[in-house]
Amino acid sequence: MALTQAELVEIFRKLVLIREFDLLAVELRTAKRIYGAVHPYVGEEAVAVGVCAALRPTDRITSTHRGHGHCIAKGADVNRMMAELFGRVDGYCKGKGGSMHIADFGIGILGANGIVAGGMPIACGAALAAQLEDAGGVTACFFGDGATGEGEFHETLNIASLWKLPLLFVCENNRYGAGNAVESVRAQTDISLHAPAYGMPGVSVDGNDVLAVRDAASEAVERARRGDGPTLLHCKTFRMLFHAMRDAPQPDMRPTDVVAAWRGRDRDPVTRFEDHLTSRGIATAVEAQRIRDAVKRDLEAAVAFAEASPYPDPHDLLVDMFAE
Amino acid sequence: MREITFAQALEEALIEEMERDERVITMATQRAPALENKFGDKRVRFTPISEAAFTGIGLGAAGSGFRPVVHWGMVTFSFVAMDQIVNQASKIRYMFGGQADFPVTYRCSTGGGMQVAAQHSQSPYSMFMHLAGLKILLPSMPADAKGLLKSAIRDNNPVVFFECSRLASTTGPVPDGEHTVPIGVADVKRAGRDVTIVGLAYYVREALAVADTLTTEGISVEVLDPRTLVPMDAAAIRASVRKTGRLVVVDEAPATCSAASEIVALVTEDPETFRALRAPVQRVCAAPVPVPFSPPLEQAALPDRARITAAVRRVLEDARRPDPLAR
Repeated sequence: MALTQAELVEIFRKLVLIREFDLLAVELRTAKRIYGAVHPYVGEEAVAVGVCAALRPTDRITSTHRGHGHCIAKGADVNRMMAELFGRVDGYCKGKGGSMHIADFGIGILGANGIVAGGMPIACGAALAAQLEDAGGVTACFFGDGATGEGEFHETLNIASLWKLPLLFVCENNRYGAGNAVESVRAQTDISLHAPAYGMPGVSVDGNDVLAVRDAASEAVERARRGDGPTLLHCKTFRMLFHAMRDAPQPDMRPTDVVAAWRGRDRDPVTRFEDHLTSRGIATAVEAQRIRDAVKRDLEAAVAFAEASPYPDPHDLLVDMFAE
Repeated sequence: MREITFAQALEEALIEEMERDERVITMATQRAPALENKFGDKRVRFTPISEAAFTGIGLGAAGSGFRPVVHWGMVTFSFVAMDQIVNQASKIRYMFGGQADFPVTYRCSTGGGMQVAAQHSQSPYSMFMHLAGLKILLPSMPADAKGLLKSAIRDNNPVVFFECSRLASTTGPVPDGEHTVPIGVADVKRAGRDVTIVGLAYYVREALAVADTLTTEGISVEVLDPRTLVPMDAAAIRASVRKTGRLVVVDEAPATCSAASEIVALVTEDPETFRALRAPVQRVCAAPVPVPFSPPLEQAALPDRARITAAVRRVLEDARRPDPLAR
């Protein structure tokens, strides 16, 4: 289904919002205004936005340690995300989760996950629930290339295919697991080839082309909704920044020429899509700049919201342990 | 009251809960033809031998509105699903700020004495107790097994339900019709005056047998079954120890960092109960070895009536402290 101009512009706004959110998170962490670890999604925005553009609001996702982009793409409120990064009570998890554990069950975000592949069985369970509900719901399971080394990856691909679960496996292959190149840890680098081994379609796509991701995801989602089972979508992308930071970024061991090439305007998923819109007259450069400015204002407001929110009361330490 | 086996009691509980709530579904590596016939293969899933996957599938389905009952088979097999248990199930509610409930029950058989050697004779409940976020159940009697499994399935939290292998064919009275047992409530299986034995699972029965024998010597033993390990009914255990002044804890897990250790700590760190103690407490636990295969070795590794009796005599003979409550 063709996208309207408004939908295309919204895709651009989401790409920019994710980019700016994570650049700001890095800045805030460097300034020690937020805590813990930050795993920037910078460079991979087209995967989250492209996949979530193919989903309905009631569909579900699971996310990863590098999860801010998935949450924003699925519609999370950046105010509450930012408050969580600040460890405040108005954060999504009331300050109990932080950057690696943002969730919004109300809009189908079943949580980011600090364990590589840890969210995959949970996504499979959400897809089983959708199958039993029989209302056409789909789950998208985001994971990185590193997850393919885990048993949970292989176990869930098998069961999801065996049970024909309405599930979209989205592999964000950013070519490096922390500092290790994919070819140094995998015997076979085309991740989509795992799909036929488990009896499902495997599709490789340019993960920096948001419309290509969206088209491939839409096809997989329709297949899942029809009851034909899961698809493995292999999105080839690149992490433009370091793997993670606490007080300072971890040293980036990747070849500088490779990193520089992926940062080019024609490969960067945000500028690439901006040029797509402007060259086709879908949006002007002025309109694009207006969107960027609006996003920056929204994020300034998010920081103000977070800083105005109180820290959790230590007396509430044990609250939320068990449900009634 | 009718008498049925422990295994039958559990089967009844599951069927009744599946009839009561269509959101209750099951997953296990073994087929259950009776359940499948009754409830269909959509709700009664048999799974590949992929414990990590189906442990997490249960959790994800629970977070999406269902009430899965996941059977690991033996607890032994849960160890290949540790990420999903330790990193996910025990933390998922709190870590996300209590946004959602995760009503999933994990069932597993546990314990030794069946001559199936080290890997299939484990009693690792304290490993799971240590993870804040899981409720842990360990019944000893068929009625408790039925009532607690029903409560576990209705509970809105991840529950690990341990089923002692040696109890599967034991029988006991089970009420007809609706019967639940509240989670977190201990039960005095036999009232006594001189010594409290806290037993777990199979060793509740063994403690009762020892208590019977010692009656002939005029020794009055109280036998208390916690039934739930998390949350532990510390008040009931302390009340019993304050009454008798002596405590023996019996379990077939090795003593180090065990449920038995936890029970002893709960007793001794409570000032009033500590002051009521008239003798050092005793733990009767498994030897710190992988459970061996050959029957004489296995028997040597696990607690038995002789060792329980000896521990009771030790706490009775230790008369160094007068009865502090008698002053």
